[in-house]
Amino acid sequence: MLELKNITFMVQDSSKEKGILKNVSFVLPDDKFIVVTGPNGGGKSTLAKIIAGIEKPQEGKIYLDGEDITDASVTERAKKGISYAFQQPVRFKGITVLDMIRLAAGRELSAAGACEYLSQVGLCARDYIQRDIDASLSGGELKRIEIAVSLARSAPISIFDEPEAGIDLWSFKNLIQVFEDMKNKLHGSILIISHQERILNIADEILVIADGEVKTQGSRDEILPGLFGDCERGGCRFYQ
Amino acid sequence: MDTIQRKLLEEVAGLHEIPEGAYNIRANGESIDRGSTEHIEIISKEDGSGIDIIIQPGTKHESVHIPVVLSQSGLSEAVYNDFYIGEGSDVVIIAGCGIHNGGDTDSRHEGIHRFFVEKNARVKYVEKHVGSGDGLGKRIMNPQTAVHIDEGGYMEMESVQIKGVDSTNRLTTAELKAGATFIVVERLMTHGGQNAVSTFEVELNGEGSGTHITSRSVAKDKSTQLFVSKMTGNTACNGHTECDAIIMDDAAIRAVPEISAACTDASLIHEAAIGKIAGEQIMKLMTLGLTEKEAEEEIINGFLR
Repeated sequence: MLELKNITFMVQDSSKEKGILKNVSFVLPDDKFIVVTGPNGGGKSTLAKIIAGIEKPQEGKIYLDGEDITDASVTERAKKGISYAFQQPVRFKGITVLDMIRLAAGRELSAAGACEYLSQVGLCARDYIQRDIDASLSGGELKRIEIAVSLARSAPISIFDEPEAGIDLWSFKNLIQVFEDMKNKLHGSILIISHQERILNIADEILVIADGEVKTQGSRDEILPGLFGDCERGGCRFYQ
Repeated sequence: MDTIQRKLLEEVAGLHEIPEGAYNIRANGESIDRGSTEHIEIISKEDGSGIDIIIQPGTKHESVHIPVVLSQSGLSEAVYNDFYIGEGSDVVIIAGCGIHNGGDTDSRHEGIHRFFVEKNARVKYVEKHVGSGDGLGKRIMNPQTAVHIDEGGYMEMESVQIKGVDSTNRLTTAELKAGATFIVVERLMTHGGQNAVSTFEVELNGEGSGTHITSRSVAKDKSTQLFVSKMTGNTACNGHTECDAIIMDDAAIRAVPEISAACTDASLIHEAAIGKIAGEQIMKLMTLGLTEKEAEEEIINGFLR
């Protein structure tokens, strides 16, 4: 279980402090699938970075299974079982897809073993496994590899920052399948930042973040009608 | 051969025993073992300055190993080796030099290699340099490679120098005739107070000739590197050079590109980049559980692979 308590994160914006996250608290229970949604610039990605340890909050605490990990480094959090898929995957010269999947798995993995993860995200493994994760890959390919790398980690807590961004429509259908499978075979918790209705549709819980605050949190059935019901009437209540 | 020499031999040429194919093993300034085959002949030059490697036309899928090891501190040598690669042949040549200097005087190896690649011949040339030993004497290697490729010929050169060489000044020159191709991949790492200079001069003289030179390097600590690449296109041809360097600590790197064209159909490209390891690359690997240092090593190993 992951718990965030009163997280506040400020940045300096033209000589005054701007609150990106203001007193955010929520719980990601074990074996739950939570989707975090809300308008762009609302603080969702910052929240993911704070969980992974990439950004440090000025105030507040983060607990993993009751242990205070607020001061733990990125590496320590990763070792404790937090996985984080970047919104914009990083490119590397000389590190292959196979290398990255092996590093993520943290063990010697056969090429066939690594291929399974790639197949799950709809990539023909044979074409990709020896390729460098560099500029020769398209944005969509990189995103899918990033998801495969997260699958290989099999971490108790997996965070995905807008996994659907940059993925073509054809692949998107398969992507939903990947997350549905993850949910069905769930052995941990998943937190996905997304704007996609089809991803929201498979959530156990939905958390809406806007203007750096948790606007609402609850089960899918409670939250979803409010989100899209309003959209149909000419604008979601959180997208003004 | 002693243990140190064996170890160096393994590092530079991957050899545990007498290799298959033709070979010449040089240790501490002398040729200590040699073998020719039906199609590949290795003979000493009359003045004793080096060897001639003569590959008969049409020789296919054979290899030549010519490693050099120096384990005697203070030894300084210059070796002239000429490779004649017969028409239509297809061979692999593995060279390499390992210096172990446990003493306080400098050890130096200068290998001057000339390649004559005849019509439609293909050759892959692999050259690996390593240094070891903790004496105050420097380990110095100054290889020169002069390549002449005849019509339709193809040469691929792979050179690696990863550790332990205090000073190196490499010069690679090539001139290409019609339809000839010259591909180079150079990987270099310097550390401590080491210094490396690598110069490429390629002349594309024949129609349809092409070259692609890739240099990847990492400079750590207080080491210094200089890359010079000059490419001249005198006819319809294609040339591409890439210098890509990672700079760390207090190192210094200089890259000097020069491309010249004397024909409207010459297409020449030069790319050069120097930069530190991107912070987001380290961060990505840390989110997989690597420490900052492990992440850095992984990135460098991949970059130089």
